[in-house]
Amino acid sequence: MGEFRMPSLGADMEHGKMVEWLVKPGDFVHRGDVVAVVDTDKTVMDVESFEEGVVAELLVDVGTTVPIGTPLARITQTPDDGAGQAVARPAGTQAKPGPETAEAAGAAAEPESPAAAGAPVPPPVRHLAHQLGVDTSGIRGTGKRGTVTRADVEHAAAAAPHRAPAAPSGVPVSPGARVRSSPRARRLADQLGVDIGTVPGTGPDGAVTEADIQRAVSGPGASVPAKEAPGAVLAPPGEGALPAEEAPPSEAQDRLSSLRRAIGSLMTRSKKTIPHYYLSTTLDLRAAIAWMQLVNEQRPVASRLVPSALLLKATALAAREVPEVNGFFTDGVFRPSRSVHLGVAVALRHGGLVAPAIHDADTLAVDVLMQQLRDLVSRARAGRLQRSEMADPTLTVTNLGDLGVEAVYGVIYPPQVAMVGLGKVVEQAWAHDGMLGVRPAVTATLSADHRVSDGLRGGRFLARIDELLQKPEEL
Amino acid sequence: MNEQDARQAVHTAISQVAPDVDFDGLDEDSRLRQDLELDSLDFLRLVETINEATGVDIPERDYTAVATVKGLIDYVASRG
Repeated sequence: MGEFRMPSLGADMEHGKMVEWLVKPGDFVHRGDVVAVVDTDKTVMDVESFEEGVVAELLVDVGTTVPIGTPLARITQTPDDGAGQAVARPAGTQAKPGPETAEAAGAAAEPESPAAAGAPVPPPVRHLAHQLGVDTSGIRGTGKRGTVTRADVEHAAAAAPHRAPAAPSGVPVSPGARVRSSPRARRLADQLGVDIGTVPGTGPDGAVTEADIQRAVSGPGASVPAKEAPGAVLAPPGEGALPAEEAPPSEAQDRLSSLRRAIGSLMTRSKKTIPHYYLSTTLDLRAAIAWMQLVNEQRPVASRLVPSALLLKATALAAREVPEVNGFFTDGVFRPSRSVHLGVAVALRHGGLVAPAIHDADTLAVDVLMQQLRDLVSRARAGRLQRSEMADPTLTVTNLGDLGVEAVYGVIYPPQVAMVGLGKVVEQAWAHDGMLGVRPAVTATLSADHRVSDGLRGGRFLARIDELLQKPEEL
Repeated sequence: MNEQDARQAVHTAISQVAPDVDFDGLDEDSRLRQDLELDSLDFLRLVETINEATGVDIPERDYTAVATVKGLIDYVASRG
C-alpha cells in the first residue's frame, strides 16, 4: 500500500546510505519492524517501517546514497499488487516529510517531466533513470501495461556509452550527476583532483568506488596512504588504532570529515537564524551527590548511578514546568512539546557527536533513566541508534563537561529552541548561612532562543533544576 | 592476582570500553578520565567489566585510587 522512504533522521540530515537490508521481497513487515540499516553522515542507524504489508520490491541497492524522501522499498498488501499502483501515484506525493526535510524531499522528486506519451514510468524508476542519466522516453517498458521497470532502466544505462564527467569540482554531490559513484568517491576524486568520468568503475552497475579513485591516483594495487588523505588533521590521536572490524583509516577519516561538515552546516544555520541568549548558574549538588553515594554503596556496579542521570532527570522535570525551552520553532511559530524527549549529546570516540533522545525523560524513574542513558550511549557509539531516537528530541543537553571543562555553552540544535550545557562536577568553596564550606557543584548553562523566551523564563528554568536537585530522593 | 594478570585484565577491559586506545604507546600514568577520555558512563562500564572479569569490586569511594591506568592495575592486583 505504500512506500518505505529514506527517513529524516535529524535536522541536519540530507541524504542517507543504504547499508543493509534486513528484509527481502516477499517478507511481511509490521509497522515498527526494523527493516534496514542506514548510514547518515553522523552514524549508522536502524530504520523501521511505517507501513504494514508485504515487501514487493527493494528500490535501492546496498551501498547507494539517496536524498531523504527517496522511496527505498515498495510495500503492498500482496506481492503482486505492484507496478500499476506506483504509476497511479503522482510524483509529488512524498510521504509527509517534516518541515525540515521538505526541501530535500522536493529535490528527490525533481522535475524530470515524465516522458510525454512514452511508456508509463513509476516515480522510483524515474528517479533511478535520473540518477543513471538515462532518458526514459526511449525505453520500451517490459512491466505490466508497458511500464518501465528498474531492470529496463538499468539495461538502458548499461547499454549507453560512457557518460561525461559529473558536476564540476566543488559543487555538492547531487543525485542528478551522471557518473554513478558514491558521494564519498566523488569527494575523494575532488580532493585528489581526479576526473571521475575517466575512472573505470568496479562497483555495482559500474559505479566508481573510493578504491577505484585511489587506484587511478596511485596506480594498480596501491592505495592512498591514510596520513596523506585530506582531513587527516581532524583525526584525534589514536585514530590509527581502529579495531579490526572498523572501516579502514581512509574511510574513517572521510566519515569524520563528512561528520564535521554536517555539524558545521547545521551549526552555521543555527547561529545565523536563531538569536541565542546565554545564562549560567551554579547548581549545588551536595544533596544529590550524598544521596547518590548512599544509594550506590548498596548496589552492584551494574546498577550504580552517575551524577548525569540525576541532572538529566531534574532538567527534564524543569523543562516540563517551563515549556518555552521545550519544543520546536518551525515556520515562524513556536510549538511547545507536551512530552519531554531529552536529547543527550554523545561524544563519539572517533570524533564528532550525535544527540539521540531519551523519550519521556520527565516520566522515568531515575534508575530507568540511568539504564536508558547507558543503553543509548553504548548504542550511539556502536552505531545502532533508531530513527525515532535521532528524529525527535525536544530539548538537548550537552554533558561534555564530564570530560573536563567547568562550563559548556551549547549551540541550539534547530528546530529546537534551547540547549542545556552541564560542566564537570567540581568541589568548590560555598558560602551558606554566613559560613564557608566545600560542596560539589556543577555549572549549568542555558542557550535559548530569544524568539521564544527571555532571560526571566530561562533563568526560572535553570533555577528549577537547582531546586529539584535539592531533593534527589523525589526525582 | 599478580601484576601481569592484573595488567592483562585492565588492558582487556579498557579495550572493550575504548577500542581506540593504543596500548603500545600507552603511558601507565595516563589518567583514565582526562587522558583516555573516558566519560562517567565509560568509567562505570570499565569498573563493571573489571568486576565481571576478575571479581574485584571497586566501590565508588575508591574511584580516586583508580584514576590512572597504573592505579587501576595496582588496585586489581592487590585485591584480585
